[in-house]
Amino acid sequence: MAEPWEDEPEGPVRKFMYVNRRAPYGTIYALESLEVVLIAAAFEQDVTLVFMDDGVFQIKKGQSTEAIGVKNFSPTYRALEGYDVEKLYVSRESLESRGLTTDDLVVPVQVLDKDQLAALMEEQEVILSF
Amino acid sequence: MAMLHTINKSPFERRTLDAALRHAVKGSGILLIEDGVYAAFDGTIVADKVKAAMADHEIYVLGPDVSARGMSEEHVINGVKIVDYDGFVDLVTQYDKVQSWL
Repeated sequence: MAEPWEDEPEGPVRKFMYVNRRAPYGTIYALESLEVVLIAAAFEQDVTLVFMDDGVFQIKKGQSTEAIGVKNFSPTYRALEGYDVEKLYVSRESLESRGLTTDDLVVPVQVLDKDQLAALMEEQEVILSF
Repeated sequence: MAMLHTINKSPFERRTLDAALRHAVKGSGILLIEDGVYAAFDGTIVADKVKAAMADHEIYVLGPDVSARGMSEEHVINGVKIVDYDGFVDLVTQYDKVQSWL
């Protein structure tokens, strides 16, 4: 038997962009963003993630947080694919100014320059900035 | 006597490192902690500034904050000294006073 909520028509699917601009552990922004991304994904929205400025550090490989007594949440970015969150973009300028390349990152991403990122932002219906 | 300056903000996002370096007299120490550790890595747009500051200051970086951010000794600028929490305490006693640039 179908549960009552399964009979309801599906809600609208909107294009959501999450803009991540903070380093992972100095503030709570990165972790909070990840939580909200997972919520939107559960509602089967069209989710795009952007990592720019210090946000590129969120997906740096090799994070080991034991000594600072904080949970290492970077493996969660690799689980996003399982929630159909597969559109991950990184700012080229942000990577380069921090001495990073895509080889340093825990997930496969598409690297965009600022004009491409601006165009992508224009396409969105909802933008959440962290 | 010499002062120890601690910096906990990312040099890419805030001007805290600049403010500290501008006001730190020769011989004072600079300790990078939390997001401040991003200043300690080579190959970034702030690395030259830090290397130049090494002429007048000992520069230290907190190891646990480095590893948390997926970095290691090989990323740290040559000459920047990596300390652990015990080393942090030693520095606080070794220098005369501490200024935390928040």
